[in-house]
Amino acid sequence: MSRQTSRLDAKKVNSELFTLTYGALVTQLIKDVDNVDDVNKQLERMGYNIGVRLIEDFLARSGSGKCYDFRDTSEKIQLATRMYLGVSPTISNWSPSGDEFSLVMDNNPITDFVELPDSHMGLKYSNMLLGVIRGSCEMVQLEVSCWFVQDQLKGDNTTEIRVKLLRKLEDSVPAGED
Amino acid sequence: MGIYSVYIVSKSGGLIFQHDHLVPKVETEKTCSFPLDIKLIFENKRIVVNYGQRDGIMVGHQLLAINGVQVTGRVLEDGRDALDILEKPENYPVNLKFGRPKMTTNDKLFLASMFYPLFAIAIQLSPEPKSSGIEVLEADTFKLHCYQTPTGVKFMVICEPSQQGMDILLKKIYELYADYALKNPFYSLEMPIRCELFDTNLQSLLETVEKSGLSNPETES
Repeated sequence: MSRQTSRLDAKKVNSELFTLTYGALVTQLIKDVDNVDDVNKQLERMGYNIGVRLIEDFLARSGSGKCYDFRDTSEKIQLATRMYLGVSPTISNWSPSGDEFSLVMDNNPITDFVELPDSHMGLKYSNMLLGVIRGSCEMVQLEVSCWFVQDQLKGDNTTEIRVKLLRKLEDSVPAGED
Repeated sequence: MGIYSVYIVSKSGGLIFQHDHLVPKVETEKTCSFPLDIKLIFENKRIVVNYGQRDGIMVGHQLLAINGVQVTGRVLEDGRDALDILEKPENYPVNLKFGRPKMTTNDKLFLASMFYPLFAIAIQLSPEPKSSGIEVLEADTFKLHCYQTPTGVKFMVICEPSQQGMDILLKKIYELYADYALKNPFYSLEMPIRCELFDTNLQSLLETVEKSGLSNPETES
């Protein structure tokens, strides 16, 4: 059994397969939903639902414990990005109060092969990522909000995601974890 | 070496998964004559031995069958009352079958939700602040190992007191949960886990652990 798991661990799929599947999803959403804002919302919601499950996978695999400050959290998010997307974003632009930081990706694997047509400039193509971050943080009792500051698809040099800690969800901290 | 059962309790305290791995079957049959030298009483919807322990029939064992006819609650399969039969001398000699009472699903749900406040009380009782809850609970016949994930899900393994390497096993079960329960799109969070792949993989993990132990998990993973 454990041998089988290890094979599963080593099994990495080509990122192109992932990129194209994501592309198919976005295209389908654009077909189904007329409004670009709604597409953004749907992507974020899907990401959230992925995040609340993915966090368990991350915790089980990385064996990481709880975070005592937001800098820990930022490093965990960096580690998770490396685990799941194979890219290592840099963390920068900390706000003076330490509750806001930026994840800067020189290259976002989700947007390989993608060009935004002029008619869809309002589309936040990788919006699912924001949902994933929000969902997974919520499961470890951190309410965060994220948004894109820069997007390579919109002509910026890098993709920058801003993550802001809103509050710690004290009432849902499991006993023994607070 | 032996693992008795595995429990998973959700963040809100509900039992979402239970698996009995190794349940030693204890059943004793005995032909008795009148008057019956075993004192039986009816409690918790079953007939149990109250006093008079002998020939492998222990206090607390449940009456399972009379003359090969199964007893459910206090009535036989054919609707006769078991205690009435045993009171009448003309029914003797009788063959009685006793065994350990089995836990019903309801009992398990009840016990799992009992553990939740116990875990919380342990934290309150701690002389040091920021204590974890119960991680190991030891008795003379079993040991309960509990692992709570940062998201609040509790994994519990009940095993023999001598069983080693349970903390590694718990982490492995967590991995299986992350893989086979949570990645199943038809599984909704906080609901009982009914995923066949999870069951089979857990089963084989438990077997591996029992066979080889987890003495050297690093080479395996």
